[in-house]
Amino acid sequence: MKIGTMNDLTRFLIFAVVILAMPVWLDPLGGNYPDLLQKFAIYGIFAIGFNILFGLTGYLSFGHAAFLGVGSYAAVWSFKLFTMNAIPALMFGVLFAGALALIIGFLSLRRSGIYFSILTLAFAQMSYNLAYSVLTPITNGETGLQLAQSDPRVIDNMFVEASAGLPSTNLFGLTMSGYPGFYFCAALLILGFFISMRIFRSPFGLMLKGIKSNQNRMMYTGLNTRPYMLTAFVISGMYAGLAGSLLAITDPLAGAERMQWTASGEVVLMTILGGVGTLVGPMIGAGLIKYFENIFSAFNDTVLAEMFSYLPDALVELVVPVVGLFVGSGWHLTLGLLFVVVVIFLPGGIVEGVDKLVKFIRNREKNVGGKVTPQDQPGE
Amino acid sequence: MDAVFLQILNGLDKGAAYALIALGLTLVFGTLGIVNFAHGALFMLGAFCAVTFNKMLLISTKILDPTVTLFKAYKEKPYLEIWFPDVGPVLVDYSVPLSILLAIPVMLLIGFILERGLIKHFYSRPHADQILVTFGLAIVIQELIKAVFGANPIPQGAPDILAGSAAVGSWIGLGENVVYPWWRLIYLSFSGIIIFGVFAFLQFTTYGMVVRAGMRDRETVGLLGINIQKRFTIVFSLATAVAGLAGVMYTPILPPDYHMGMDFLVLSFVVVVVGGMGSLGGAVLAGFLLGIVQSFASMTEVKAILPGIDQIIIYLVAVIILLVLPRGLMGRAGVMDD
Amino acid sequence: MTNENKFNFSRRGMLKAGAAGGLLAATPSFFMRDAWAASDFRNNPGNASEIKLGFNVPQTGPYSEEGKDELRAFKLAVKHLNGEGDGGMLNTFKPSVLKGNGVLGKKVGFATGDTQTKSDAARASAKRLIEKENVLMISGGSSSGVAVAVQSLCQEQGVVFMAGLTHSNDTTGKDKRRYGFRHFFNAYMSGRALGPVLEKEYGKERKAYHLTADYTWGWTQEESMKATTEELGWQTTATVRTPVGAGDFSQYITPVLNSGADVLILNHYGKDMINSLSQAVQFGLRDKQVNGKNFEIVVPLFSRLMAQGAGDAIKGILGTTNWNWKLQDEGSQAFVKSFGAEYGAPPSMAAHTCYVQTLLYANACEMAGTFYPPEVIKSLEGFKFDGMGNGATEYRAEDHQCFKDVLVVRGNENPSSQFDLLNVVETTPRSQVEYDWKIFGGELGPYKA
Repeated sequence: MKIGTMNDLTRFLIFAVVILAMPVWLDPLGGNYPDLLQKFAIYGIFAIGFNILFGLTGYLSFGHAAFLGVGSYAAVWSFKLFTMNAIPALMFGVLFAGALALIIGFLSLRRSGIYFSILTLAFAQMSYNLAYSVLTPITNGETGLQLAQSDPRVIDNMFVEASAGLPSTNLFGLTMSGYPGFYFCAALLILGFFISMRIFRSPFGLMLKGIKSNQNRMMYTGLNTRPYMLTAFVISGMYAGLAGSLLAITDPLAGAERMQWTASGEVVLMTILGGVGTLVGPMIGAGLIKYFENIFSAFNDTVLAEMFSYLPDALVELVVPVVGLFVGSGWHLTLGLLFVVVVIFLPGGIVEGVDKLVKFIRNREKNVGGKVTPQDQPGE
Repeated sequence: MDAVFLQILNGLDKGAAYALIALGLTLVFGTLGIVNFAHGALFMLGAFCAVTFNKMLLISTKILDPTVTLFKAYKEKPYLEIWFPDVGPVLVDYSVPLSILLAIPVMLLIGFILERGLIKHFYSRPHADQILVTFGLAIVIQELIKAVFGANPIPQGAPDILAGSAAVGSWIGLGENVVYPWWRLIYLSFSGIIIFGVFAFLQFTTYGMVVRAGMRDRETVGLLGINIQKRFTIVFSLATAVAGLAGVMYTPILPPDYHMGMDFLVLSFVVVVVGGMGSLGGAVLAGFLLGIVQSFASMTEVKAILPGIDQIIIYLVAVIILLVLPRGLMGRAGVMDD
Repeated sequence: MTNENKFNFSRRGMLKAGAAGGLLAATPSFFMRDAWAASDFRNNPGNASEIKLGFNVPQTGPYSEEGKDELRAFKLAVKHLNGEGDGGMLNTFKPSVLKGNGVLGKKVGFATGDTQTKSDAARASAKRLIEKENVLMISGGSSSGVAVAVQSLCQEQGVVFMAGLTHSNDTTGKDKRRYGFRHFFNAYMSGRALGPVLEKEYGKERKAYHLTADYTWGWTQEESMKATTEELGWQTTATVRTPVGAGDFSQYITPVLNSGADVLILNHYGKDMINSLSQAVQFGLRDKQVNGKNFEIVVPLFSRLMAQGAGDAIKGILGTTNWNWKLQDEGSQAFVKSFGAEYGAPPSMAAHTCYVQTLLYANACEMAGTFYPPEVIKSLEGFKFDGMGNGATEYRAEDHQCFKDVLVVRGNENPSSQFDLLNVVETTPRSQVEYDWKIFGGELGPYKA
């Protein structure tokens, strides 16, 4: 067990370094700008939190976006009513998402399997539909909740005169947009990863895994599993709330679409794509999907023509329309193909798949008598 | 009274659509154990069979519009109408019902190809993998349709004699304001026939018997030496065809676009699960039930008391049913429970 | 599914990690990326020979055809600004200081993004355009929710936003921003323009039934239409909110049959409009006689591109539109000609507004002699121009709304081509649709972001 914890420490350190160095290694990939970096970190938190529920217990929630949305709304309201400081917004976001998760979890966890999934989906869709229309006084509906000049901001106004423009979100004076915003999110992502790792290793985590492999047997031992499930559900809801409030902190707007089923589906896809139940998998899945959404959608014919300008003109005219099908307005197609290809060739998601691949290669090396090193696969 | 009667009709009509889509989904769910997120896309493909058929009939010669000088604008005249002035326009008029003839073989073939080529490799894989692959498949299908037909809805008319409304009220002694579009009545009956047909197939044929047995206990049926694999292919093709037909017949009600499948996807999952996993009857019942409550919740009188209730009623009813009845309306123990 | 010990990192792994950390430390430059405060304004092109404009349009989702058309118009505008092609409206736009040699001597380039017609995605995409592509201006979009969301982002970031298709009163009403400008008309103007035509066509004694998309644009549209029709002396029988994307509207249409109303006003746009209109026609509403009058349907905001989806159902239906390719004025003709030559189809009203907005921005920069946003904004505010298709137009300084003539159109009964869907019934003069900017509240905010 000692070695296990040491490995965890190493892994944690590597994870932290890789995350913090994102601006460096994403630069050649065209992903080095604050907004995308922030999104990587935030959706990473969302996916890691989702994985605590889905990966450990096997309960597939199809309504996690509701917690993301509530986190955002709570954070923006905290900006509007109290202060532009990020910390209270963060706390409100996590708190409200946790409270909602407690209610939804309490009801939904009465059922298992697909019945559970549909219950969570139904709750989230109700939240979304109401936020979009009837609850507009609280959520500002389709437009999304925004800051206004006339907001009370009671705490801020006690200390400083209101300026002419809208104030920006800050962490005790440090503006939360741009790179500082990313490092703030990254720090929380690393913390979130650490907590998730501790949960995976803890007796509580083991208990959840036991529930996953056979809930009945766990119950036969006289154990009431529901409190454990509910705890996992609420923790994972709080992660979503944290992600939601970070979305608002880096960009103070909360839109209802954040709660739509497609948003819930997105985090499910992120987690499965990266690898359910693996520690870093969900983070990788989240990064990939956000990368496609932001970078692939930005290619247009002009950009493509420049990219392929080294080819002869006739060929460019041939290549650009074909490639154009997969980027720009066709980025969904690429994403769909990615899902299919990954799931066919890397069963269990990217992390699991790469893992198997590495083992396979290593075993072949072993068979031909190659030197076996305890070196593990890179890149996690 | 009139208003209530009309809302019942609306509910039945909606329910027919929900039930028809859910039928194929629950068949695949229950028999094959596949969580098929591409089912909505298959519904959409069916609708686009109608569009394609219509476009084929309307292959036209282009007559330049001389009044437009800044670019080339054409009025289209279908060859069919030029070559066969008598039959041509009639064929075009009936293109939606006629496209069923195209849709059945095409959808069966698509189902066959998908099952053999992709789905069958996922029977023993975890649900998570099934979700990812079928979701990816749905997106790919959607995007291909979008690339060919564009993103805007494409109107498909019902045949002229069915275009208006039937004076349902005067048939049964209600007010003359009680009218209902002929095509919706046709859709309702069509859906009844299909649902009945699928039930009869499962209930009264040996084939169906094996499928039903497979829904209960796949392993045992396999152990009995029955080639369950072959049946699975047929069940999947059947489900695809049912979804496709639902799509074809829906086009005059809802002009099809590439995204219509996704719009129905969530709803059809709710219907299937509220009906109960592994139960065809449950899915049909849930479809009609949700259709009717949705119609009634949309009435102004109801909305005056509970604003916005029509936005959430389906999900609210789903939650209540699932909390009261552990396995939905008619679900079986052991099917997708965990 | 979990694999406990698959991360057996050895000491060699540790060393590698250390190396990665070293690499990180050795790269100080990336911190400097965000240091635009050193220059005087965001994305200052300085001595660069090219500037970039950001076109943020829906490329996926229900409005992607509109987005595609907007993008076509943007590309055409950029071409014309750079002196390529036949110049289009550059030749008719007055007073204009554009010379067809780029803007302020710099070549115009562009970058694109996908709004997905979602506020979140639109803002993310706009941020990429600002942070990564360093664009000076953002334009495009096909919904008011997106326009309002992106507009406030642009205010925070200090980048000018030239709104695309957005029709809600809020865009230049309660959510207006100093950095946001709208050329498109709004729900209030639609109501004002429709009023006289409705009176002429349908008389003073009518009972109207509203079906309204349940979100901000729908509400402002309903409010404006209700005010206009009640001013005519019409009664409002009911206003019913319908969920966005309802698909099947039958449960909202059947109550109309028994309501005693004789006009149905559909405050829907896009797919909702297509579905509700074609279903209402299917229910035989247009063949009905109520109170001794023909039952009528009105669609306040008509878009040719979307109306195609409703097929024959739009025939004879009245509505308003910002612009139509059939207009005979010099500017419209010049635009349709170069657009038609380039793409083989006439431009939609979304394309028109996007093209005009791009030219207006470029012209404002030329007039100001700088790209510095506060100066550009000042030269746009109160700018009066003509020759861009809608007659004499003014960008009102107080709310950044353009005032110009509004078109009332009717679905063509007998189209002569697939583009010939709408006929212009009347051009409502600008004086009739003007209003006091104070009625919608809101505040523009400061010039300096």
